[in-house]
Amino acid sequence: MRIRIKAEKKMGAFSMALNTDISGDRIGIFGDSGSGKSTIANLVSGLLQPDNGEIFLDDECLFSSRQGINLAPEQRRIAIVFQQAMLFPHLSVKSNLLYGYKRCRAEHRRIKPDALIDLLKLRSLLERGVNRLSGGEKQRVALGRAVLANPRLLLMDEPLSALDDSLRFQIIPYLRSVSEEFNIPYLFISHSLIEMQLMTDQILVVNNGEILEETTPEQLARNKMAQSQHGYMNLLRLSNSFDRNSLFCYPWGKNHLLISNGTRQGVSLFELSSRDIILFKTHPEAISARNLLECTVTEMFDSEGRVGVVLSAQGEKLVAEIVRDAADELTITPGSTLFAAIKASSFRKLS
Amino acid sequence: MLLTPEDITAIWLSLKVALTATLLSLPFGFAAAWLLVFKTLRGKVVLEVLVNLPLTLPPVVIGYFLLLLLGKNGWLGKVLAETGIQLIFTWKAAVIASAVVGFPLLVRSIRLGMESIDRQLIDASRSLGASWYDSLLTIILPLSRRGIFSGASLMFARSLGEFGATIIVAGNMPGRTQTIPLAIYDYTSSPSSTTMALSLCLVSVVISVAVLLLHEMLDKQLDRSTTS
Repeated sequence: MRIRIKAEKKMGAFSMALNTDISGDRIGIFGDSGSGKSTIANLVSGLLQPDNGEIFLDDECLFSSRQGINLAPEQRRIAIVFQQAMLFPHLSVKSNLLYGYKRCRAEHRRIKPDALIDLLKLRSLLERGVNRLSGGEKQRVALGRAVLANPRLLLMDEPLSALDDSLRFQIIPYLRSVSEEFNIPYLFISHSLIEMQLMTDQILVVNNGEILEETTPEQLARNKMAQSQHGYMNLLRLSNSFDRNSLFCYPWGKNHLLISNGTRQGVSLFELSSRDIILFKTHPEAISARNLLECTVTEMFDSEGRVGVVLSAQGEKLVAEIVRDAADELTITPGSTLFAAIKASSFRKLS
Repeated sequence: MLLTPEDITAIWLSLKVALTATLLSLPFGFAAAWLLVFKTLRGKVVLEVLVNLPLTLPPVVIGYFLLLLLGKNGWLGKVLAETGIQLIFTWKAAVIASAVVGFPLLVRSIRLGMESIDRQLIDASRSLGASWYDSLLTIILPLSRRGIFSGASLMFARSLGEFGATIIVAGNMPGRTQTIPLAIYDYTSSPSSTTMALSLCLVSVVISVAVLLLHEMLDKQLDRSTTS
C-alpha cells in the first residue's frame, strides 16, 4: 500500500499542512492528543475534505482540488475502527458484523463472515444486543465489522485507548492476526509508543498539524528513551514456561529467564524496562537478581545524555539504559562483553 | 354522558384531522430536523426561525395567513381553484391548520432525538460503504425513533386541541368541519348546554390520556429494544 498526501486543512485556529509519501502495510501515525492524528485519518477516509491538495491511495486519486475529485467515504473502501467501538446500538452483533459486508460489491467480497467470526471468537455472541457486550467484545465486533466490509485499507483510530491495560493487550493479537490472515494493510493511529512497537513497521510522527518525520518503531523508542517515564521498553514474547524454585522459567532463545509473575499456558507478552537491567563488566559474585545473562554489546546510541546499550544474549536482543558516566567508567563499546542482571520481578506481564 | 350525532362526528373528525396532519407532517418534520442537525447550510437561521415561528405566533394569525394564502384570491388558492381543488372551509383546511401549528413541536422532538446520535456512528456507516441516504435510513432514522414517536404524539395531541387557526380556515360547520374544540366552543355560548360541553371535555381528556399512555408505552418499548 502506498499513501501520498499533499494537503492543507484549516479548522478554526488549528491548521494542518501534510506532505508525505509512504509505502507499507503496517503504518503508524504517532503523536500527542490534539496533534492532528485523527484529522489525517478523517482526510484519508473522506470524512473530512482538505481545503486543497491531493490524496492518493496506491494509484487511485481519492482527492484532488486541482482536478475536482473528491471520492465519497463509501467509494474509498477504507473501513475505520474507532476509539469507542461505535457499534450500531439498534442492531444485533450479527447485523453489526454484516453491515459493511452487505454493502460490499460481490467482486470485492473475498473475506467470508464465518472464517472471521471464528477467528475473532464471536460465534456465541451473534444474536446478542451490542449493549450487552464487554469493552473487549465490543472492540472485537467493531474490528470484525470493519474487516467484513472487505476494505483495501483498515484505519484504526486509537482502537485501544478506551480499554484498560489487560484488555488492550488481549486485543492486539486479534488486530494483527486479522490483518495478516486476510492481507489487509492498515493505518494505526495512537499516542502509545508500546502500541506502535507492537502494531507497526513504519511510523509518521505528527505534531501540531505537521508530519515531523518518518521513522521506525525501534528508532522512535530509542529517541524517546530518556524522556519516557519508564525508559526503553523491551518486549518479550515467551511461552512454554516450567516451574523452577517457585518461579516461572521461560526459554528465551538459548537462554532461560526466571520470571515471578508468569503463566503456565499459552504465549505471554512481557515488558522489561531498559532501566531495570544492571550491567557488570565482570561476572558478579552472589547477587539477588535471578537472571544473569552474558551479553555482547552490538550497538550504542545516545538519547538526551543517556546511553542505550544494545545487547545480544546469544542472539536475543535487549536494550539497557545507563548514564554516560557509567558507560565511560566501564569503557563500554560495541563488541564489549558484559553481564546483564535482571530481577525476576522486573518483567511486567502484558498479556 | 350526552353526545349528539354531531358530537360523534366532531370526535371522529378531530381524530381524522389530527392523524392526517401528523402523518402528513412526519416526512417534512424529519427532513427539517435532519437539515437543522446534520447539514451546514447558509440560511440555517432563517430555516430555524421559519420552523419555530408557529410556536410563537397566535394561532389566529396563522389561520389568517393561511386564509390569505389558500383563499379564492390567495396566491395558492387561485392555482388550486383552477384545478378544481378547494381547501378553505373543508376538513382538509383543518388538517393544514393543525399541521402548521403542530409542526414546530414535531421538529423539536425529532431534532432532540437526532442530536443524541453520536456522529461517529454515521461516520462508521459511511466508511462501511453506506451512502448518505443509506446512512439516513439505516442509522439516523432508527436511532431517531423515540424522537419521532414523541414528536408525533405531541403533534397529534396538539392537533386535537387546535382551535384558533382551524376556525378561521375551516369554519365551524357541524358535521363538516366542526372538531371537538369548536363544538365545545358552540356549547359554551349557550348556558343550557353545559352538560353537553362537559361530555365533550371528558372525551377530550380520555383521548389525551390515551395518547400520552400510548406514548409512554412505546417509548419504554423502544428504549428496551435499543438496550437489549
